[in-house]
Amino acid sequence: MTPADRYPPISSYAIIGNCRTAALVSDRGSIDWLCLPRFDSPSIFGALLDAGKGGRFQICPAGPFRASRRYVGESNVLETTFRTATGVLRLTDFMPAESEWEKRRALRPDHLLVRLVDCLQGAVDVDVCCAPRPEYAAETPHLADRGPLGLIYSHGRHVLALQGDIPLAVDDAAATATARVHLAAGESRWLSLAYSDGFPAVLAPPGAILRELAHRSVDWWEHWISSCTYDGPFAQAVRRSALALKLLTFAPSGAVVAAPTTSLPERPGGVRNWDYRYCWLRDASLTVRALLGLGYTIEAGSFLSWLLHATRLTWPELRVLYDVYGGADLRERTLPHLDGYAGSRPVRIGNLAQSQLQLDVYGEVADAALRFVTHGGKLDRRTCRVLVGLGETVCASWREPDHGVWEIRAVPRHHTFSKVMCWVALDRLLQLHDRGHVRVPVARFRRECEEIRRAIETRGFSERLGSYVSTFDGDDVDASLLQLANFQYADAASPRMRGTYRRVRSALGDGPLLYRYLAVDGLPPGEGAFGICAFWATECRARAGDVDGAVADLERLLGYANDVGLFAEEIDPATGAALGNFPQAFTHIGLINAALTIARMRGTLRTRHVSAAAPRERKRV
Amino acid sequence: MNLPAALLWGFAATTVLTTLMAGSQVMGLSRMSIPFLLGTMVTPDRDRAMLAGIGIHFVNGWIFALLYVLAFEALHRATWWLGALAGLLHGLFVLVVVLPLLPAVHPRMASERQGPTPTRLLQPPGFLAIHYGRRTPIIALIAHVAYGILLGALYVV
Repeated sequence: MTPADRYPPISSYAIIGNCRTAALVSDRGSIDWLCLPRFDSPSIFGALLDAGKGGRFQICPAGPFRASRRYVGESNVLETTFRTATGVLRLTDFMPAESEWEKRRALRPDHLLVRLVDCLQGAVDVDVCCAPRPEYAAETPHLADRGPLGLIYSHGRHVLALQGDIPLAVDDAAATATARVHLAAGESRWLSLAYSDGFPAVLAPPGAILRELAHRSVDWWEHWISSCTYDGPFAQAVRRSALALKLLTFAPSGAVVAAPTTSLPERPGGVRNWDYRYCWLRDASLTVRALLGLGYTIEAGSFLSWLLHATRLTWPELRVLYDVYGGADLRERTLPHLDGYAGSRPVRIGNLAQSQLQLDVYGEVADAALRFVTHGGKLDRRTCRVLVGLGETVCASWREPDHGVWEIRAVPRHHTFSKVMCWVALDRLLQLHDRGHVRVPVARFRRECEEIRRAIETRGFSERLGSYVSTFDGDDVDASLLQLANFQYADAASPRMRGTYRRVRSALGDGPLLYRYLAVDGLPPGEGAFGICAFWATECRARAGDVDGAVADLERLLGYANDVGLFAEEIDPATGAALGNFPQAFTHIGLINAALTIARMRGTLRTRHVSAAAPRERKRV
Repeated sequence: MNLPAALLWGFAATTVLTTLMAGSQVMGLSRMSIPFLLGTMVTPDRDRAMLAGIGIHFVNGWIFALLYVLAFEALHRATWWLGALAGLLHGLFVLVVVLPLLPAVHPRMASERQGPTPTRLLQPPGFLAIHYGRRTPIIALIAHVAYGILLGALYVV
C-alpha cells in the first residue's frame, strides 16, 4: 500500500465540530482526527498522523466506491454520498448544534458525534470500524460491551460510549469494534459516540431523536449564518469561510484557534510540521476585522474579551500565542511513536514560537480594540489600563530585533513589518485617546510614533528596489509587506506601495499564489505558497484601485478550495494540493477580508454596530 | 462566642486574603479575582462589579469567620495551626467544589459545555480554577491558609 493510499490528500478532509473541538472526516468516511474534550487535548482518533496505530472511526461501503460531499444547506452538518456498483449510500456526520436553552432542557453528553447511514438506491454492504486510541495513540482504552447500553471505551477519567443499531463485533484486546452490514434501499442505521470526562457517562439519545437533532443542527447553523450581513461578491465562499471560522472558535472563552490539527506538513515528508491548535495574537486584528465585517459582533466581542483576559498573566508583555483559556506555557515536544502524515516527522505538540519575541502582536491587539470601539463596543477601565501598558511596552522595545511575524527560528532581526505594527499600536492608542476611550501620554506616544515611521522609511525601504524590504537595510521582501496598506500605514496607491506590490509579486508570486518569503529560515526548503498571502495581495490590489483585477485574482484563488470550500494553510502551486494544517482560520480570514475590501471599494458593504447586534440565542426551533 | 471579636478578626483576615489575591493578580500570577466573580453576579458593569463584589466578599468573610469561630468554640481552643488547617480545608473546598460549580449558579459565567452559541460571558474557572492561571490553586490555598492563621491566632476562646 502506497502512502497515498494510507494517507488521503489533506484536501479530502472536511470538518465538523461543536465550537469546543472538531473532527476531520475523510472522503472515505473515516474520522481520522478528533481531540477531546477541546481542540488542544490529546487525540482520540489520530489516523491523520499515523494511519496504522493512530485510531479511526470509519463507515464506508465494503467495495469500491466514488464519493461526493457537501454540507447540508449552509450548515456544518456533513453529507457524504458513496456510489458503488450496487447502490448509493449516504453518510451524515455532525456534532450537534443547539442553543444553550435547548441544551438545558435535555441531558446531553459533554460531546456527541453522530453518524447516520442511509441507503438511497440498490443495496450496499457497509463496513464499520471504531478504534479509539487516546493520548495521541500512546494508549489503548479498555473496551467493555454493555449490551443495549453500547460499547464503553474507558481510559483514565475519559469515557467514550459507542451506541447504535448496527451489531458490532468486539475485539477486546485491540479495543476495536467492527461490523459489516447489508443495507437495501430505504434502510437506515445510526451510530453515536458520546464522550464524558470525569463524570458518569451520559448516553446518547436513540436514533430517531438523533435524526431530529440533525435537522435542528442544520437549523441552528442556518440561523447563525443568516446573521451574516455580507452580500458582496463571492458571497457563497465568504459565508462558507464564516462557517469554518465559527467552527474554529472556542465558545466557552471566545478564543479562535489557528487550525484544529497539528503537524500536517507544509512539505510532505518534511520537517515543517507544527501544532496550530492554539490562538495566535498575530491573527487578532484580522480576526476581529473579519468578524465585525460580517456582522458577527458577539463573536468579535467574545474574541476581544478572550484576548484581553488571556494576556493578563503576561501583561504588559505579550506572548505570540496562548491556549484557549489563555495559558501561555505551550512548550513544544515531539511524539516519536507516531509516523506523521505520509511519513512527515517529527509530529509536534506545543509550539516553540511561544518563547519568541514578536513585536507585531502589540499592533494587532491595539488595532483589534480600536475596531471593536469603532463598531460601538465599550472598553472598561481595566482594559484601558491594559492597552496603555501595551503602548508603554512598545515605546520601550520597538528598537529591539524580533523573530518577526513568520516566527523564523533564527537570530532575531529588525523586521520592517514588526516596526510597522509597533507604529500601528501607538497610532491606534492615540486614536483611542482622541475619541476619549483611553488616556495616553500623547506627546511621548506621538514622538515615538514619528520616530518609528522615520526608521521604517529610511531603513525599511530600499530606493534601489523601489520597495519596502523584509528587514532593515536588507534587500529581501516578504508577503507581510503587503499588509502595510491593509493596516493603513501606507496608501496602497502610493508609489512606494505600488513598487512593493510589484516587487513582492515578482519575487514571491507563482500564478495567483504567493510564497510568504524565500529567505533562508534554517529549515530544509520546499514549503508551499502561503494561503493568506495571496488574499493580502488581492486586498492590496483592490485598495490601490484595481478592483476588477482583484476580483479576477480572488476568483482564481477560490479555485484552490477543496470540494466543500475549505482551505489549508498552504497550497502547492505545482499541483494545487493543500499543505499544512487544515482547515486554517488564517486563510479563511484572508478570504473574508479580501472580499470585504472589494465590497467596500465598490461601495456595497453593510456594517453593523455592536449595540445593534441581534440576539442569536433562540428559545424555539 | 465573642461576636465583636469574631467580626473584627474576620474583617482583618478577609482583608489579608483579598490583598494576597489582588497582589497575585498585579504580579501576573493569577487572573482570579473573587470580588470580580462575586460582583458580576449582580451587575454586568465591570467597574461597579468590583465595588459590589468587595462588599459581598467581606460579608462572606464574616460568615466564614463565624463558622471558624464556632469550630474553635466547639474545640475549646483557637490556635494559629488550627486556623491554618481550617483555612486549608476551606481553600480546598472552594477550589475543588465551589468554583467548578460556579457556572451553574453564576448568571454571567460561561459553562465548559458552552457552544456553539457564542458568549461574551466570564470564562469558567475549571477544576482547581486552573483556567485563571496554573498558579491559581497555590495562591488561593496560601490566601485561605493565611485567613485561617489570622483568625486562629487572634481570636481568643
